[in-house]
Amino acid sequence: MQRRVSIQEADFDVGKECRGLAKSSRCGAVTQFVGVMRDYNEGDDIVAMELEHYPGMTERSIESIIDRAAQRWSLLSVTVIHRVGALLPGAQIVFVGVGAMHRQAAFAACEFIMDFLKSEAPFWKKERRADGAERWVDARASDTQALDRWSSDD
Amino acid sequence: MITVLFFAKYREQLGVSCMDVQITSALTVSDLKQQLISDGGADWATVLLAENTLCAVNQTLAKADDLVTDGDEVAFYPPVTGG
Repeated sequence: MQRRVSIQEADFDVGKECRGLAKSSRCGAVTQFVGVMRDYNEGDDIVAMELEHYPGMTERSIESIIDRAAQRWSLLSVTVIHRVGALLPGAQIVFVGVGAMHRQAAFAACEFIMDFLKSEAPFWKKERRADGAERWVDARASDTQALDRWSSDD
Repeated sequence: MITVLFFAKYREQLGVSCMDVQITSALTVSDLKQQLISDGGADWATVLLAENTLCAVNQTLAKADDLVTDGDEVAFYPPVTGG
């Protein structure tokens, strides 16, 4: 299986990444998820965000999630890109793309990888409000609950 | 000697991102927390004893009774918020 994991400050080109996922002549489906920065969170206008990660462990954590996805579904390619550093509203934050022979595996694996990335991969967001105040974003219980659906049908 | 790392909110609360810590012998994550708190004080107790504080040993998520040995890299961090 072809795989690519990148933690980077630079933006990414969704079209280019999708074409990269369909290189295998057996590939019949490519799914993608792109996370984008909102300008609103928890009732406040947000003007900027800083994303921190744990170099080394973040990559290992994502690799492990991809391994688990590849054990559940027959996948041809997976790409995960996550940006770090300073981001502004509207910016692309994360890309998860999956290539497979059929759409069911590609859709499911894309959601699986994104759900586990949100609750396991060591990234932390700090947002700045319009009034200049900064706060670390709290983890959401709904992100942990999202994992339940992947354990019930094991 | 081990390396201890702190991330995000904890890095800011403790004012340290990375420190070397002497350990006399292998100890559990929970013992290490007690050693850091007795050296550091109340702020450290607030961070390290918080219910949702996560710990990784050598970049793998660890539990309270997992062992830390000489040369290990230990990280403490709050629940993650990527994606």
